[in-house]
Amino acid sequence: MSVLIFVELDNGSVKKTSLEAVAYGAEVAKLTGTTATVLALGAAETSALEQTGNFGATKVLHVSDEKLSHENSLAYADVLAQAVQQENSKVIIISKSGLGDAVAARASAKLKAGIVSGVTELPVIDNGFSVKRSIYTGKAFSTVEVKSDIKILVVKKNAIEALEGTGIAKIESFTPTLRDSDFLASVGQIEKASSELSLTEADIIVSGGRGMKGPDNWQPLLDFAHALGAATGCSKPVSDLDWRPHHEHIGQTGIKVAPNLYIACGISGAIQHLAGVNGSKYIVVINKDPEAPFFKAADYGIVGDIFDVLPKLTKAVQDLK
Amino acid sequence: MKILVCITNVPDTTAKITFTDNDTKLNKAGVQFIIGPYDDYALARAVELKEQLGGSVTVLHVGEAEADPQIRKALAIGADDAIRINADPVDSYFTAAQIAHIASENKYDLILMGRESIDFNSGVVHGLVGEMLGIPSYSPVMKLEISGTTATLAREIDGGKETLTAELPLVLGCQEPISEWKIPNMRGIMTARTKPLVVVEPVSVEEMTIPEQYSLPAPKGACRMIPASEAETLIKLLRTEAKVI
Ligand SMILES: Cc1cc2nc3c(=O)[nH]c(=O)nc-3n(C[C@H](O)[C@H](O)[C@H](O)COP(=O)(O)OP(=O)(O)OC[C@H]3O[C@@H](n4cnc5c(N)ncnc54)[C@H](O)[C@@H]3O)c2cc1C
Repeated sequence: MSVLIFVELDNGSVKKTSLEAVAYGAEVAKLTGTTATVLALGAAETSALEQTGNFGATKVLHVSDEKLSHENSLAYADVLAQAVQQENSKVIIISKSGLGDAVAARASAKLKAGIVSGVTELPVIDNGFSVKRSIYTGKAFSTVEVKSDIKILVVKKNAIEALEGTGIAKIESFTPTLRDSDFLASVGQIEKASSELSLTEADIIVSGGRGMKGPDNWQPLLDFAHALGAATGCSKPVSDLDWRPHHEHIGQTGIKVAPNLYIACGISGAIQHLAGVNGSKYIVVINKDPEAPFFKAADYGIVGDIFDVLPKLTKAVQDLK
Repeated sequence: MKILVCITNVPDTTAKITFTDNDTKLNKAGVQFIIGPYDDYALARAVELKEQLGGSVTVLHVGEAEADPQIRKALAIGADDAIRINADPVDSYFTAAQIAHIASENKYDLILMGRESIDFNSGVVHGLVGEMLGIPSYSPVMKLEISGTTATLAREIDGGKETLTAELPLVLGCQEPISEWKIPNMRGIMTARTKPLVVVEPVSVEEMTIPEQYSLPAPKGACRMIPASEAETLIKLLRTEAKVI
């Protein structure tokens, strides 16, 4: 009956967003009077799997098969469905990402389970099972009642505050049946900026817009991001113009991010850009135009020239240390 | 090459979202509806593939008659015919079951749609349809080439992208830069008027989720302005007040 949490691994460790999902799952387990079990697929460090205990998991089902080390939503959903059957789980928790949604979708059809994607709070279960989710790209919320016996919640970053405590998770190896038909696609080239922080995981993001004026002017922004330990992002026109790589494009039609701190440099704040950042805890806007719409969505603002302001900020951060 | 493109009918990206009927319905007054921007990319690529390889493009929408202008627009952009499943979809599972039902009767080589709808942002319909049909699904796809019965695609993964080769049939959730949005030309608009748009009733699907109530986020407090000449104050505030650095 345990709550089952599907976690994503990155180089053998559990992604931060997945640890948040574990903490969320452990809270749901408390609400429903059961325990939280993690499902981890592919090569993983034992210490990384044990760390999920600090977020409230009591058991980890680990499938160490190397075939699962490469992201494969078809096979992951298949394994997840088998784990749900073994554990007789009624609630499945997955952190929101392209992979998370894909796994949730395929598992939903296998298990005839209702999905709620974009969950922002813990469920309310006194009278049925209802949960709040983000809709219209952060412009509104919807409270949804889940009717199906098995329920899949795809949880957004920051849905709960995940504090690391201490706890013991027992690791069990799990050997599901893998279907050849899930491994037919052949994987070619993988282009991954492995040295960079991933935008969806980052606590701080420094992002640049058309105000950066060209591909060769990013050094001050990169320096500032480096000083803060931040990931870098950009607006759509910037990636359309190839000033920055496409995977940095944030907004309605790009990545949706929810860092603790989002710093927008020379971005006007078009509604489509805001849609990708409105989950951020704090927003800082630096723009030379005091009328830029982004200031209306910001917590802190500086009206000024980015090329003048950024070096000062970088120095101030360095002086903190 | 038989391609099915599933489109959503959603409020324009700039629309102000409010609710009526005790917060149980979207207030559609003054809201302009569009084809979902991601679906628009899928449609554009489908039309290009048809031009290159021959075959047909069918657009499918699960929704009520208010979407007909957007369906006609998809026909004007280059789809050959359209199917509308006449229902107000309650959730992704319902929508996917309708699409899977049509697809199981028509044997498409490729089922394309946007990576997510911009109203509910779930991003699960392609995966659901794939599983319901027992065929692979991939998303978000940024590049798609077809040669014979083989698709070569690039999809986004966390912090990068990868290339995959897979056999048709496939269900794909699309995003830029798979193609560029197409604007219908005059000839397209004229011919779209007479292209077939078939309306069919939905199949029944078990109830999974029911939306109960909508709400809006709390309004944002005022922005604290810091003079550019004292930029370093910002860093102090981020450390001591917001406590985020
Ligand atoms: C369907 C649709 C989907 C879209 N999706 C997205 C999306 O996902 N993400 C996205 O970002 N956009 C998206 N857009 C585009 C969006 O509408 C805006 O055009 C875009 O966000 C503007 O980018 P920008 O702020 O970088 O550029 P601009 O709007 O040109 O703003 C540049 C800003 O820089 C400031 N500036 C210039 N020089 C300086 C300087 N030296 N110092 C300080 N400030 C300076 C200017 O005052 C201005 O505010 C979408 C549009 C549509 C129609």
